[in-house]
Amino acid sequence: MRHSDDNANPGRRQFLECMAWAGAGTLWLMHGGVLRAQPLSAGGGQAAADATFAFVQVSDSHIGFHKPPNEDVASTLRASLAKVKAQPVTPDFLLHTGDLTHLSRPEEFDTLAGIMQESQVPKTFYVPGEHDVIGDNGAEFFRRFGEKQQSGGWYSFDHRGVHFVGLINVLNLKAGGLGSLGADQLAWLKKDLAPLSAETPLVVFAHMPLWPLYPPWGWGTDDSAEAVSNLKRFGSVSVLNGHIHQIQQKVEGNITFYTARSTAYPQPAPGVGPAPGPMKDVASDTLHTYLGIREVRHVQGRQALAITDEQLS
Amino acid sequence: MSAWASMGVALLLGFAVNGASAAEANAPPAKVMQVDIRNFAFAPHSITVPVGTRVNWTNKDDEPHRVTSTGNQFVASQALDTGDSYAVTFAKPGTYAYYCSIHPMMVGTIIVQ
Repeated sequence: MRHSDDNANPGRRQFLECMAWAGAGTLWLMHGGVLRAQPLSAGGGQAAADATFAFVQVSDSHIGFHKPPNEDVASTLRASLAKVKAQPVTPDFLLHTGDLTHLSRPEEFDTLAGIMQESQVPKTFYVPGEHDVIGDNGAEFFRRFGEKQQSGGWYSFDHRGVHFVGLINVLNLKAGGLGSLGADQLAWLKKDLAPLSAETPLVVFAHMPLWPLYPPWGWGTDDSAEAVSNLKRFGSVSVLNGHIHQIQQKVEGNITFYTARSTAYPQPAPGVGPAPGPMKDVASDTLHTYLGIREVRHVQGRQALAITDEQLS
Repeated sequence: MSAWASMGVALLLGFAVNGASAAEANAPPAKVMQVDIRNFAFAPHSITVPVGTRVNWTNKDDEPHRVTSTGNQFVASQALDTGDSYAVTFAKPGTYAYYCSIHPMMVGTIIVQ
């Protein structure tokens, strides 16, 4: 049995505790901010059959990292993308929620782009992590992977009735601070959401958590509260983040926040040990249980998103 | 003066001006103060050093870090991978606040007097 969060956190929501993981993962069904879980079997059963479309989140591939516990992050990314290809319902697109690379080096971006291409996965939307913008404020990242809608790099799009928003919270970071969206992006977000009806399902994605998950380790965004204030009137909001290399989640009204696993290496649970960073002592034969992808299915007419986290095993 | 002798003088001058002014050529080498980057923190977090001290940061984490002056008072390092070092010589008195621009909650101070 596994807990719903990767790292057991006693006292968290009782109904999330002790959910059985069967095989590759758990199917998450979200109904107006309340989660329901069922074992992932035969492609998710009726929920998958009802889905109007699906998409997959991958995160934190850290191409260029080459130390314990994972000296071959290219292979684990390839294996993750093979899982995408093996899904019974072909996802319409992928979201990569940042830290494509470890050090923003051109050859690391080359490798990432090559793996995505050779894996023949559908169109991928990217947002950068702090590891992708080192030294050039993301110029190379945006040139290669940006949607080029706004000069700041953020963007939105509509897909089959769901509004998707990609935010950038890893630039212009201030000494002593956390992730940052900035006044320009917040103004744009407000304007972008203004014409939408409250019934429109929203999916907002960014690299760093958009809630104060664990600020002592930098796991949060300084001005996330203002962004979230613009989301509160909507009936179904899912916020998808990466950065912390493990699954954590939080429900706040109709907004559900999720962080994703990495395809490269796990990090410790919040506050466990002296600092974040790779968990080096993970045995190689159990590493894959810490890595994975996330599939999201949209069920039309139910304002529901079914979220499935799948281990790389 | 032969070409060889000229080159010798140039080489000697080259050594003398490397990292210090020619007038200081006979002064003892700059004192080096080591700051480790470990567990997402600068250690020591704050140091007080005499003018002319060379501060050398070494990354001992598995995550990359980047030494960045808060007020752009000195040139930022590149991304320091595990084991990489970066050094700055502080020639003027003052308080130099800095942080890691990748993990901005990491902050440190160099007080030069």
